[in-house]
Amino acid sequence: MAAFFFDRSGSPASRAAKVLSALLLLLGYSLLCWLAFSNSVQNWDKVWAYRVTFFQGWANTIGISAVSLILSMLIGVLTALARRSAFLPLRYSAVAYVETIRGLPLVVLVLFGFYGVANAVGWHDRISVGIVILSLFSGAYIAEMIRAGIESVGRSQWDSARAIGLTSYQTYRFVIFPQVARQILPPLAGQFSSLIKDSSLLYIIGISELTFVANQVNSATYSTFESFIPLGFCYLVLTLPISLWSRYLEGRVRYES
Amino acid sequence: MRVALDGVTKAFGTNRVLDAVTFEAEFDHTLALIGPSGGGKSTLLRLLAGLDIPDSGSLFVNGAELPQDEGALRRYRRRAGIVFQAYNLFPHLSALENVLLPLTRVHQLSRPAALERADGVLRRFQLEEHAFKQPALLSGGQRQRVAIARALATDPDFLLLDEPTSALDPEMTAEVLDVIVELKESGTPIILVTHEMGFARRSADLVAFVSHGGIQECAPAAEFFSTPRSAETKRFLEKILKY
Repeated sequence: MAAFFFDRSGSPASRAAKVLSALLLLLGYSLLCWLAFSNSVQNWDKVWAYRVTFFQGWANTIGISAVSLILSMLIGVLTALARRSAFLPLRYSAVAYVETIRGLPLVVLVLFGFYGVANAVGWHDRISVGIVILSLFSGAYIAEMIRAGIESVGRSQWDSARAIGLTSYQTYRFVIFPQVARQILPPLAGQFSSLIKDSSLLYIIGISELTFVANQVNSATYSTFESFIPLGFCYLVLTLPISLWSRYLEGRVRYES
Repeated sequence: MRVALDGVTKAFGTNRVLDAVTFEAEFDHTLALIGPSGGGKSTLLRLLAGLDIPDSGSLFVNGAELPQDEGALRRYRRRAGIVFQAYNLFPHLSALENVLLPLTRVHQLSRPAALERADGVLRRFQLEEHAFKQPALLSGGQRQRVAIARALATDPDFLLLDEPTSALDPEMTAEVLDVIVELKESGTPIILVTHEMGFARRSADLVAFVSHGGIQECAPAAEFFSTPRSAETKRFLEKILKY
């Protein structure tokens, strides 16, 4: 019986043990939450009145993250190629961009980008500024993923591509990128999940995305838990499927290679 | 087929792999390059393939000097079929797509014409049942045969094979060598780097011994193996034919 809850490579746990463990954990956790917070969580109807605002914030978060993902992919591909360029000024610009962004916290970039740069050039549309900042931030990380992906494709593949007479554009298009795409899809999915979470920081420049909205609802109703529990839930609904998908992709890449 | 080298030097760092090599050879079917590892065989083949350019000197293939700039070299490579020791195939494409890629993208054949050509070469090497498999699902010998089929599908002027069997076990080696013998009969000239001495002796017209930065000796196969002239060739052959 003692072995029931143990999962070892020699004697794997039964399906029942897994389900039971998960249920027990869920039950214990719920009980704990109920004991701790049941007195303070009573204002659901007050917060319910703000459901449309909440939903709008959620939609904004999804929209900002999706546009930023596309933009940061573009930035990532171009930067990764620039980093491999033979033209030194271009290569060094890419290195400088990647290392600067990766060396700074996102909050600093958001504050500096919005109150500093955007303000100086008279660009006041918060959402578009937010999207650009987020894309530049995420683009630097994606550039590194793509670069690592390109470097993981062996030298022999370049040789083979040259041997059959492909141009370098064709080599990237038909030989390198298809292999890189397969390699980096799992981390890219993870990056999308990060992007969704990171977009919450845009609340500091007053973009009415999910976190901003939840904070507003909290201020208006004095219902902290009732505002922030749905907030966390709304993020998990987005990030959990992505993280599961990413894991599934990881398994598939491993299986194929 | 004619190849000529005029003062060809190629160095990697301070290591002069080929040192002012001057050489000429003419043969009908097969020229085998043999010699110790690191002796410069593969470097020479890569130069002939237009994959690398010499530090100095010139190479001539069938009377024409090899160009130096990448664009012209690429056009040159399109007329050559090149097969490496291993990892020739693109792992994300099926055997058939591997053969089709140069046909459609480099030689501008229409898809139906390319398919017909690809089917032809795959069938010729008994690979038709593997056409839709990705390289990971093929044996090493099958992979090399697909690579040869891909090189041959574009109807090249000649084939350059760089140790095509070195990564294979004996059975697969035989399977690939059979294919090379068949190629010889069909008339496409071949230059190959090989460690298969029996094969070189039986199938090559000419054998060249590449070592110490140069071509030490080049002779018809029978003569090369029975009465090697240079002392170094003799030592090399004694050593490798001992077992």
